[in-house]
Amino acid sequence: MSEEFFIQGNEACARGAIKAGCRFFAGYPITPSTEIAEDLSRLLPKNGGSFIQMEDEISAIGAIIGASWSGLKAMTSTSGPGFSLMQENLGYAQITETPLVIVNVQRGGPSTGQPTMAAQGDLMQVRWGSHGDYEPIALSPSSVQEFFDFTIEAFNLSEKYRVPVVLLADEVIGHMREKIVIDDNIETIKRTAPTEKGEDFLPYKALENGVSKMPAFGDGYKLSITGLTHDERGYPATSNPQDHQKLVKRLCNKILENRDEIARVKLEQWEDADVILISYGSSVRSVIEATFKAREEGIKVGYMKIDTPWPMPEKEVLEVSKIANDLIVVEMNLGQMVHEVERIAKNNANTHLIGKIGGELPNPDEILSKIKELV
Amino acid sequence: MRTEIRIAGFGGQGVILSGVIIGKAASLFDRINAVQTQSYGPEARGGASRAEVVISDETINYPKVQNPDILVAMSHEALIKYLDGLKENGILIVDPDMIVIDEIKDFVIKNNIRVYYARATAIATEEVGLKIVANIVMIGAITKFTDIVSYDATKDAILVSVPPGTKSKNITAFEAGYALSDDLVNLN
Repeated sequence: MSEEFFIQGNEACARGAIKAGCRFFAGYPITPSTEIAEDLSRLLPKNGGSFIQMEDEISAIGAIIGASWSGLKAMTSTSGPGFSLMQENLGYAQITETPLVIVNVQRGGPSTGQPTMAAQGDLMQVRWGSHGDYEPIALSPSSVQEFFDFTIEAFNLSEKYRVPVVLLADEVIGHMREKIVIDDNIETIKRTAPTEKGEDFLPYKALENGVSKMPAFGDGYKLSITGLTHDERGYPATSNPQDHQKLVKRLCNKILENRDEIARVKLEQWEDADVILISYGSSVRSVIEATFKAREEGIKVGYMKIDTPWPMPEKEVLEVSKIANDLIVVEMNLGQMVHEVERIAKNNANTHLIGKIGGELPNPDEILSKIKELV
Repeated sequence: MRTEIRIAGFGGQGVILSGVIIGKAASLFDRINAVQTQSYGPEARGGASRAEVVISDETINYPKVQNPDILVAMSHEALIKYLDGLKENGILIVDPDMIVIDEIKDFVIKNNIRVYYARATAIATEEVGLKIVANIVMIGAITKFTDIVSYDATKDAILVSVPPGTKSKNITAFEAGYALSDDLVNLN
């Protein structure tokens, strides 16, 4: 069975969260993400979950970290200003390997910037915003259907790898309405719980895939959860370089070694392309339109739609850099992903940027003129 | 074929809901592709408000309206702000009580714009007794003057979009808009 709706991206995200099994939301309303909190304040109580409006975004992420350790799938939603406030606790969720989902519906920044306008200026903040070494996972939807689907995927990845996952949306996708189909049959993943006896259990001992089992508070295990570097028991171990290397390298490697499984990318019309457009999130829509327009004029253009900006699909970017002469990264900032593409493509292809700020989607005709300059 | 519609007015007139209903009518009931987007300021009421709908029998990639085929203006400010973008031979639907038509006469004649009048605010007040349904009267007018959505689909979309206790008033408003004369306004 499936049902159809004509709804906003933000509404689709809230429904996706419920379908994924999210039963706790804490947040502070902020445009353009507020509809997610509004909808979950109605949906969660009806589905046996809890909704709390917190005093700010610092406490919001704190609350969902606690909820996650209580055994619930938990989420918060925000936009740039709130995401900035969450950075410290986001690092805490990384080092404590706490599964949770943070939705950032991006608006123009810096600071409070443009509340009602779209941007993609937080891409590098997801990568480097909290201090120290870590490998984030981020998903960027480019349609209302994808906002629903990726919310479920974000929960599944966070539970599977025991990591915070960022759903990096933007105002266009958050507020746009499109038809979506919600299927009854949705696969959900839940963290692995320990089965061994309390005294034998090591909460930070990794299984083969680098991920450790996760009990909840109240399951009968003695748990020490700390932001300090810790050993397999969870006890602070802050002075021995080996302890730190072992922990932080494992945290990074559980993402890097599973990159092919996590990274999602879609390539179209690339085999014969002279120019390949690369984008993520709502600006993908302009890129697809520009590709069609270019092909109609006989120009060999393809596109790469990156659904997971983090981890970057490096293999695929390298592959297309060996085919096309020019790669054009289209993004709604003054140049962030373009640096990643340049780093991966090296001298295989010329990398260019169409970086648009101000709040409007890149215009397909602007992209087409850039293509014509190059071919 | 891709058709772009822009509905504009000031915040509080129900402009965005009008766009949502048109989008829903096309997508869920007429079963063709539709994307609805909007633009609004940080204010809750007052300020400019704009809803846009793209309707197409093909996949809609670029979701925003660039040059609308149809412009619906519910305030003079909106009319002046968005008129320039209207396509040649495009359709303009205005509430004559809310605008000064003389100011746009040259543009209309030069670009061969087809103009329709829909006294949405007056009809909502006088015939329905509820000024806030002016947007639904306007939807009735849009359904009558253009072929972007069918009568049945729009009626169904209104019924699933408005609060339960207001269904009959909203349908009365829709019918009143649909009953308007579709004579073109002659500005010569």
